[in-house]
Amino acid sequence: MADVPSDAPEHCPGTSSVEAGKTSACQGCPNQRICASGAARTPDPAIEEIKQKMASVKHKILVLSGKGGVGKSTFSAQLVYGLASDTSTEVALLDVDICGPSIPKMMGLEGEQVVDYSLCSLFQYVEDNLAVMSIGFLLSSPDDAVIWRGPKKNGMIKQFLRDVDWGELDYLIVDTPPGTSDEHLSVVQYLSGAGVDGAIIITTPQELSLQDVRKEIGFCRKVKLPIIGVVENMSGFVCPKCKNTSQIFPPTTGGAEKMCSDMQLPLLGQVPLDPRIGKSCDEGRSFLSLEAESPAAAAFSSIIQSEFMCNQTVL
Amino acid sequence: SHRNNSSIGNLAQVRHVVLVLSGKGGVGKSTLTTELALALRHAGKKVGILDVDLCGPSIPRMLCVGRQDVHQCDAGWVPVYTDAQKSLALMSIGFLLENPDDAVVWRGPKKTALIGQFVSDVAWGELDFLLVDTPPGTSDEHLAVVENLRKHKVDGAILVTTPQAVSTGDVRREITFCKKTGLRILGIVENMSGFVCPHCSECSNIFSKGGGEELAKLSGSPFLGCIPLDPQLSTSVEEGKDFIQAFPESATFSAISHIAQAVLANIAAA
Repeated sequence: MADVPSDAPEHCPGTSSVEAGKTSACQGCPNQRICASGAARTPDPAIEEIKQKMASVKHKILVLSGKGGVGKSTFSAQLVYGLASDTSTEVALLDVDICGPSIPKMMGLEGEQVVDYSLCSLFQYVEDNLAVMSIGFLLSSPDDAVIWRGPKKNGMIKQFLRDVDWGELDYLIVDTPPGTSDEHLSVVQYLSGAGVDGAIIITTPQELSLQDVRKEIGFCRKVKLPIIGVVENMSGFVCPKCKNTSQIFPPTTGGAEKMCSDMQLPLLGQVPLDPRIGKSCDEGRSFLSLEAESPAAAAFSSIIQSEFMCNQTVL
Repeated sequence: SHRNNSSIGNLAQVRHVVLVLSGKGGVGKSTLTTELALALRHAGKKVGILDVDLCGPSIPRMLCVGRQDVHQCDAGWVPVYTDAQKSLALMSIGFLLENPDDAVVWRGPKKTALIGQFVSDVAWGELDFLLVDTPPGTSDEHLAVVENLRKHKVDGAILVTTPQAVSTGDVRREITFCKKTGLRILGIVENMSGFVCPHCSECSNIFSKGGGEELAKLSGSPFLGCIPLDPQLSTSVEEGKDFIQAFPESATFSAISHIAQAVLANIAAA
């Protein structure tokens, strides 16, 4: 049965939800009895189909944060630019932020013509060995909003993973929106057959970020998603004029370093604030290449090299 | 839940309802909601904040109300007050969790149901302003809030962005959401608008420049003002301190006051 059947009411929780058949929206739905009995909640066959499709993808990594605006997409973009700098490495970036898809702009693919609205045209290439997939490519105007409830977002994510020919990939990086909700549950659920190497968690130094990030870590542990490590972004700002460092987002409770120590997680690195990062992202260019000499690029590179490249050079 | 016959029952004595939205995460919605609430309170208004960010509720920490039990009364849930005078009331999922570090891993329908309860079943009493803080996006939470507030007059929404194109790009979609759902846009606030180095006073545009004002022009919405990056503001919200009271001489305070005045003027003009 489809996750949201065509005869379901407006607030259908989805047939594979634990709430299936039990919410107030289910009253009067023709499928209510089946859903409530749990019969509809058999393992989704898509999980096995996705496992088959992903057999040619060597590594799958999620980029997560409980908190918004900490630099998940920025990090994902630099990560794939870095990985793809070795032209023999095949890389793809999947953007599952359905309401706020930033990746097309950051990868210089905004305004790309979508030829035929099929799923294959959602794949856009930055380089021969670097592909990007985002719902952003389906939106014909920058003002178009994707105002979808959970079940519809889940359906899209399932299609992204199952109905696309991923081909031979060394790395599939999945960029996510903030939170611990439909998108995150769906990605983990649909990739449960194929297997995910792990998650990189992004934070800023503030307790306001860390308090949300701890929840994300809790989510990872709950769904048994291995955590590769934590990246602390916006970690200090060096004034270009006087070279003094300011902590614009102060680590009032010890920052990511203390959190990682408390939660026994690797701190992969700390990236400082640099106005050129935002500028590169806005212009859709690789900050890593453009400003290779900068401390922030060095920090990104060091993380990418130590975690992914082992003995290979990134740049 | 104790549902009143009229679903506007608990909002009957709330004079103004303002949503704080952004398509983009991490731009300062919760910070702005908190500072606006504090500014309005300092101006003698009775204010409530409804925090519908279920996955990442920031407001309890920003107002230093931490772990609190939520009590029931005949009309529903009693909001948490930040002070004995009851001038600032708050409802957040943060108060309903056994352990504040517990993740709320809920799919859309469950979030929608709780938000419905938050809108109808909190006994706000008499308020001049109810500010609704939201998570980023245009999804379940936003639809739930708008639909549940249909029977009550909503003055409009404040949209928050940073100057960068990556941010305004998302906020343009939020503007579309407002237009599609009939939400009046009270105006756009540009946050993180430059950083003045405390050592040499050099201004750095860390998150670019000008995007907020451009977005306002593009969409025909009022531009309410800019707030600079300010470590003292960051620290205040981190530690749940009243920034308005602590730093009344700062440029940031000036910016926030100006925005509060603009919001009040827009509401009065409606």
